[in-house]
Amino acid sequence: MTTQILSILKKYPDSSRDALIPILQEVQEAEGYLSRESIARIGEHLKLPTSKIYGVATFYNQFRFQPLGKYHIQVCRGTACHVKGSAKVLDALKRELKIDAGETTRDGLFSLEVVSCIGACGLAPVISINGEFFAGVEADKVKKILKKFRKKGASNGK
Amino acid sequence: MITIEVNGRKVRANPKETILTVLKREGIKVPTLCHLPDLFPTGACRLCVVEIEGIRGLVPSCAYPVSEGMKIKTHSPRALRARKTIIELLLSNHPDDCLYCVRNGDCELQSLAEELGIRERRYTGAKNEYKIDTSSPAIIRDPAKCILCGKCVRVCEEIQGVAAIDFIGRGSRAQVGPAFNEGMNISSCVNCGQCIVVCPTGALRERSSIKEVMDAIADPEKFVVVQHAPSVSVTLGEAFGIKAGKDVMGIMAAAMRRVGFDRVFDTSFAADLTIMEEASEFVQRLKNNGKLPLLTSCSPGWIKFVETFYPEFIDNLSSCKSPQQMMGAVIKSYFAEKEGIDPAKIFSVSVMPCTAKKFEAERPELIHHGIADVDAVLTTRELARIIRMRGLDLKNMTPEGNDSPFGERSSAGKLFGVTGGVMEAAVRTAHYLVTGKEMEDYVVEDLRGLEGIKITKIKIGDLELGLAVASGLGNVRNLLDEIRAGRDDIHFIEVMTCPGGCIAGGGQPLAADQKAIKSRMKSLYEIDRDASIKTSHSNPYIQRLYSEYLGQPLSEKCHHLLHTKYQKRDVLK
Repeated sequence: MTTQILSILKKYPDSSRDALIPILQEVQEAEGYLSRESIARIGEHLKLPTSKIYGVATFYNQFRFQPLGKYHIQVCRGTACHVKGSAKVLDALKRELKIDAGETTRDGLFSLEVVSCIGACGLAPVISINGEFFAGVEADKVKKILKKFRKKGASNGK
Repeated sequence: MITIEVNGRKVRANPKETILTVLKREGIKVPTLCHLPDLFPTGACRLCVVEIEGIRGLVPSCAYPVSEGMKIKTHSPRALRARKTIIELLLSNHPDDCLYCVRNGDCELQSLAEELGIRERRYTGAKNEYKIDTSSPAIIRDPAKCILCGKCVRVCEEIQGVAAIDFIGRGSRAQVGPAFNEGMNISSCVNCGQCIVVCPTGALRERSSIKEVMDAIADPEKFVVVQHAPSVSVTLGEAFGIKAGKDVMGIMAAAMRRVGFDRVFDTSFAADLTIMEEASEFVQRLKNNGKLPLLTSCSPGWIKFVETFYPEFIDNLSSCKSPQQMMGAVIKSYFAEKEGIDPAKIFSVSVMPCTAKKFEAERPELIHHGIADVDAVLTTRELARIIRMRGLDLKNMTPEGNDSPFGERSSAGKLFGVTGGVMEAAVRTAHYLVTGKEMEDYVVEDLRGLEGIKITKIKIGDLELGLAVASGLGNVRNLLDEIRAGRDDIHFIEVMTCPGGCIAGGGQPLAADQKAIKSRMKSLYEIDRDASIKTSHSNPYIQRLYSEYLGQPLSEKCHHLLHTKYQKRDVLK
């Protein structure tokens, strides 16, 4: 985990704050999220206080601070999906999983992310779980979909 | 010089000045919420907008330079309407609990709402549900009351070099807090309270100890002792409309007795005690090739700063407790024995210009077998609140003195209230310890004044010593970095956490400008000028304390009571 960060930071020698966002993106790409340790390490490297890094990272929706769940759910909130009711889908997911966007359930099974448009407007409203697309999702279908993955997660675990 | 026109009147200005600077000088008040003198303007609050002929939009005067022939209207209907709308919008998601707020009557947002004549609620916005962060022993963070002016963030980063807090999130959900929005107690915050001093609302405030102090006073079982820090007597008056810098020592002591404290002691006495120990420690380190430069240890924000950011300098810190803690220690030992009082029944209160002192009093190293050196710390502001609560008319009280045996001080101890003062006091005693003679002139002019960093050389006997004085933690960073890189011509460094020292501490009356702080400083220098006892070692009560109880400076008893240790802190920096 740390070696990954170190090799990323190595690519940015003598950098200052302008390298912050690319570094954050690469670290998140590598680790799935921004951990306390990685933020502290980036801070040391760029000589930036962690409060500042956290401030920048929370300004953007793309950064998350909890590890990805086993099943990562992306909810499209693009225009077409919005028109077709994606807000209700997102609400249903939050309610079912008891987490907010950007968070991960306690059991580590699901994580939730809001994305702008995943280019599948014809299937609106659409969600993607670990890359698998679900078309025409309605709020009351959410439970069923989650149930399927819960079952899968439990059987895999055993 | 150039000429501009303000509200139809010709005004001279220097090129490159901001409009706001000129307006201030001309006595024209344009309100601001985010402006901090001496720091780069952010133009965040837009309250200072003015109309300029030929420019279509309104212009933020804090961030706009003057130019020849510029025609400015500061209070045109358009500018006034804009300001009013800004305040109305700020109020739209502000909690309506002014009556319960610590800043009621002393709030910049409240007074602007009044000044701009806001009498109805034009906007009702959604309010955020924020948790109040009560984790810190010193500072309460209440994001719901925050108007996001950003002054706390800038003071913390640019003046103090700590950067414990920053903006988190974006838009209507933005708030100010430490990394990962965790508690202030586990952040790199040093509790200095400079953020409270600049906060226009009640979003940042001290953790109040008024209730526990009043409860102790009301408890007949408790013997309640109070000590007041050197700078408090020259700032307290401001809270009662007395001229800035006026020394109200006598009436403050009288008021403290009326409030119900059983004894009133002067922390400046303990400052003398600190000097006895610290000057001896310095001389010892000089003679025995000990770790130098010696760093002073009276300012608890600075101590936490070293423990957090510069742990390799922990051995350079003087092992002396701060005057507050030394006083607490001798109250519950020497004084308790002398008066035959069970130390467990003594409730020891201190009035400090400082919020970090609240943190210091709770440090586990300073609590022995459940008995703390100091039980409760009040800021100068809290003392003012108590005096008002008890209906005391400070201005019409007859001055009284402090109580024996910790009520008499030298003026060296009193100088602890201003940047450079600890050093001056220490030099006076170190000179005596090394040469056996008093200094010819006690004043070391190079160590005086409000500059953030002062470096000088003095001769004590055959020794030539490099002395440095820093206030405002941002200023000390460069110096420590230089020493880390090998600079070795400095032997003794005094650091006070707040810019200017305790007279501008995080617990002092609010809304003091640079002029008020200068008056506070001047007042302390005048007290020193007019004093008959100017050195800690010639304070007869200090001599008595050593001869009756402590023995010699740095004795085993002194080490037990008056010295302490520090710890490296692993927090997110």
